[in-house]
Amino acid sequence: MKRIYMDNGATTKVAPEVAKVMKKYFSDSYGNSSSLHKLGRDANKKIEEARKIIADSINAEPNEIIFTSGGTESNNLTLKGIAFANEKGSHIIVTKVEHDCVLNSAKWLEKQGYKITYLNVDTDGFVNEKDLEKSINEKTILVSIIHGNNEVGTIQNLEKLGKICRKRNVLFHTDACQSYTKTEIDVKKQNLDLVTLNSHKIHGPKGVGALFIRKGINITPWQHGGGHEFNLRSGTLNVPGIIGFSEAVKIANKKDIEHMIKLREKIIEGVFDKISDVKLNGSKKERLCNNINFTFFGIEGEGIVGYLDEKGICASTGSACSSNSLEPSHVLQAIGFERKDCNSSLRLTLSRYNTEKEVDYLLKVLPEIIEKLRRFTPYKNV
Amino acid sequence: MGKIKDADAVGEVGNLNCGDVMKIYLKVEKNKIKDVKVETFGCIAAIVTSSLLTEMAKGKTLDEAYKITNKDISEGLELPNIKLHCSVLAASALRKAIDDYRKKFKV
Ligand SMILES: Cc1ncc(COP(=O)(O)O)c(C=O)c1O
Ligand SMILES: [Zn+2]
Repeated sequence: MKRIYMDNGATTKVAPEVAKVMKKYFSDSYGNSSSLHKLGRDANKKIEEARKIIADSINAEPNEIIFTSGGTESNNLTLKGIAFANEKGSHIIVTKVEHDCVLNSAKWLEKQGYKITYLNVDTDGFVNEKDLEKSINEKTILVSIIHGNNEVGTIQNLEKLGKICRKRNVLFHTDACQSYTKTEIDVKKQNLDLVTLNSHKIHGPKGVGALFIRKGINITPWQHGGGHEFNLRSGTLNVPGIIGFSEAVKIANKKDIEHMIKLREKIIEGVFDKISDVKLNGSKKERLCNNINFTFFGIEGEGIVGYLDEKGICASTGSACSSNSLEPSHVLQAIGFERKDCNSSLRLTLSRYNTEKEVDYLLKVLPEIIEKLRRFTPYKNV
Repeated sequence: MGKIKDADAVGEVGNLNCGDVMKIYLKVEKNKIKDVKVETFGCIAAIVTSSLLTEMAKGKTLDEAYKITNKDISEGLELPNIKLHCSVLAASALRKAIDDYRKKFKV
């Protein structure tokens, strides 16, 4: 059975163009980019090209980009690095809808003596500008707000939120793992001081990411060694990974976005047409081009995912049983869901490789699955 | 799977942590389970184990059915550890239904 992959929010297929470019750097041009000889210099040249491609893509300078092992590391470095460059007792603001790697870094810093505010969001998932402004105090050093939400797809207005941070003289970071190449990121226009990027959500390889750090920002490294990456992140560079990452950035384009939006809208329309008692979570308008998140009241999301899997479709849920924890999704709770409804969601995340035919097939099997599950749910009063 | 409208007894268990809820309906005749159906709100592990349980319990005496364990049901299913808690529910729902029957009919 040919698999239909609609879980691109979790990870994506490496684009064939990307895999092709990377191959050479495993077994031919395998030099250490710090070495002085020819193989080392070749690798280094490609790394600096990659750095420029990524810098250009967000309107930054190449020496403001460091490569990391991914989104998790970039977010950890941001929160901990900025915290440790400041005294204990300093204050950091995050939201309740961050990825776990931001939330758990914040919780850890709390134990180290830092003060953390977890901002509420509205029912669409947006941070309120006045709330942000009110929660900034004279001890605040950093505000970290996710750009495109990985679960419900809502895209925050970085420009407005960044302006508030700039005005109050606190650093502004965004986790752009899900939004990168899918919607504009411009560090100047959006008043950004730090930005987390990663490769495996954009058809690049896994285990590679980047962090934009505006020139002049004081950040304490926590990975010490040979002084790579401007002394901020020691360790031999993942040359093939970084080159693959930059190739993925290079080939991403506007047409892909339009394609994904078209399929996204077709799925949303089709589902509302054929299925009752369903809600689209997240903002309708300010939404990641590839994200769809439904709640089907009265049935469990993982049941839906299981039956879709049986039909050859890979999807996911924000529900507890799908992850390694038993807690219902913190994002759905934050946008106002009752606990009992937090387990009824289905997330479909598209890529440039999905087709209209796949969407037609989804729209054929999904209503049947929902009907079957609703037939034997004990919650009849939905 | 589904509901028995004129059930003699009902057993419901829920696990809000995971979100799985099961409701078991019993039809009993001469101390034997004549019919048993289940409604499940849950993940695949919960759906599969609850459906398996009804197959196992049908035709058994109340005493026999009461002894069905979580292990009996999940044997051969190769459930990952994180899913074991979902499979525990089915056996306890059945016991709850049998308890309900015994209390109602004082047997
Ligand atoms: C919003 C967001 N932040 C961070 C991460 C973590 O990135 P990585 O898997 O590269 O560590 C992910 C994806 O897993 C994500 O979706
Ligand atoms: Zn479960």
